[in-house]
Amino acid sequence: MSITVKDVEHVANLARLTLSEAEKEQFAGQLNAILKYAEKLNGLDTTGIEPTSHVLPLANVMRDDEPRESLPLEKALRNAPDEEDGQFKVPAVLE
Amino acid sequence: MSVVSKYETVVGLEVHVELHTKSKIFCGCATSFGAPPNTNTCPVCLGHPGVLPVLNRQAVEYAMKAAMAINCEIAEWCKFDRKNYFYPDSPKAYQISQFDQPIGSNGWIDIEVNGETKRIGITRLHLEEDAGKLTHIDGGYGSLADFNRVGTPLVEIVSEPDIRSPEEAKAYLEKLKAIMQYCDVSDVKMEEGSLRCDANVSIRPRGQEAFGTRTELKNMNSFRGVQRGLEYEVMRQADVLDGGGRVVQETRRWDESQGKTFSMRSKEEAHDYRYFPDPDLVRVHIDAAWRDRVRASIPELPDARQARYTSQYGLPSYDAGVITSSMKLANFFEESLKYTSDAKASANWIMGDLLGYLNANNLEIEQVKITGQGLGEMIQLIEKGTISTKIAKTVFKGMLESGKLPQQIVEEQGLVQISDEGAILSIVDAVIAANPQSVEDFRGGKDKAIGFLVGQIMKETKGKANPGLVNKLLMDRLKG
Repeated sequence: MSITVKDVEHVANLARLTLSEAEKEQFAGQLNAILKYAEKLNGLDTTGIEPTSHVLPLANVMRDDEPRESLPLEKALRNAPDEEDGQFKVPAVLE
Repeated sequence: MSVVSKYETVVGLEVHVELHTKSKIFCGCATSFGAPPNTNTCPVCLGHPGVLPVLNRQAVEYAMKAAMAINCEIAEWCKFDRKNYFYPDSPKAYQISQFDQPIGSNGWIDIEVNGETKRIGITRLHLEEDAGKLTHIDGGYGSLADFNRVGTPLVEIVSEPDIRSPEEAKAYLEKLKAIMQYCDVSDVKMEEGSLRCDANVSIRPRGQEAFGTRTELKNMNSFRGVQRGLEYEVMRQADVLDGGGRVVQETRRWDESQGKTFSMRSKEEAHDYRYFPDPDLVRVHIDAAWRDRVRASIPELPDARQARYTSQYGLPSYDAGVITSSMKLANFFEESLKYTSDAKASANWIMGDLLGYLNANNLEIEQVKITGQGLGEMIQLIEKGTISTKIAKTVFKGMLESGKLPQQIVEEQGLVQISDEGAILSIVDAVIAANPQSVEDFRGGKDKAIGFLVGQIMKETKGKANPGLVNKLLMDRLKG
């Protein structure tokens, strides 16, 4: 498996990133190096082993259904790029 | 050839049900509907870096309960996955959902359409978090995000493509709503968004096995909207095919006011959610003991109650179906039966005067003041002859509006039925004396004239005369 410039463009687009041609080449190379490293795992025989979905051998970490205090509005909005009427204001999105 | 006979409709529904936990699925923020924007938010649901979600046990139990009630198999192990997408309704840029290990799978519910029972398969039920609410402003130049709803627990229920008409789709949705209501896992109010429905719809020439190309229909915000939206979309697809065209696979939005579906500007590329297991959440293990405990908490469901009403009370299946379609209505019915043994009479009042009033005024039963006790006692008053059925309609209306018990209304408004023979007889005589022409018409064979005379007697007594007695005494006099 090898990452092409086209794959990089696709992933960048999904992540809303704009990359220069040089960056696309650079990231394709870096991503390939990472995948190649991870490919070492393919050398292991995993026959009969259940896929792991989590590295911790834990299950059922849960809390009771008890409401707790939320943030004050001004704190909730502190990181908003822009605000109006107590809401986060963002560039228009159309459905 | 009509569309219906030429093509077969194939529909699968995806229904989202908000679970009515007190707090959100992964943080302690309250879930109340209608709070001022962004006042139920915290670093977890706002997606701040470094925070950790912790699963709400109640949300898992509600999802288990919902899945069991629609006959799903419950997974012994399940996990949560991240569904990645960029849209400002999601501050984390991913939704925590379940991809390949849903809590429930392979279920079914039975629906009834045109007197026939049909089983609709349920592919899966999974647990996930809701997204925020966007409002578009400035003539389309900006959007406002309210994140109160982010993190509200949802179950998504996906049906098999077993639904064959818009009518079946509506019946399926109504049954699902009733089941969720009985299980007490959700408020299931479509107008408040706690029950939402998307549809996959396609048509194929009758007899063809392969499915046609489907479209996904969104924004159907009422039961009626679901039926109308599907009806429109089926006709639209038939027109496309009849015109020699091809149906395009796309997402379409139902516009209630225009009564049409519109193609939604397709995002620049196909969905590519890149699901992966959420590393912040460990797996959920549902052992037999937990499963059994939740199963024991499921109350009698609509189908079982319908069957019981026919066997225990002798109600026609149709009546039992209408009354059990809403748990609150069914509870009202049962409450009335503590005060009267005439179940059929209670059912008739519920299906006639009560539902008629609720539908005409677009109300739910909890919004009117009448109680099951009131109805039961009113039926007693009719049985005892204290009031006539006609007067009972006035009493019933009074109960709807004031919530008073029938005895009080009867006393306050002086509605007690006149059953005193002497009193009625004197009015009968007076009416006969005043209407010689009608009396002659009746004796001459015009049966209709009797109706006029009865009407006059009722008018004299303001409707309070015992109708059976009036008829008997009048006939005695006329024939005597």
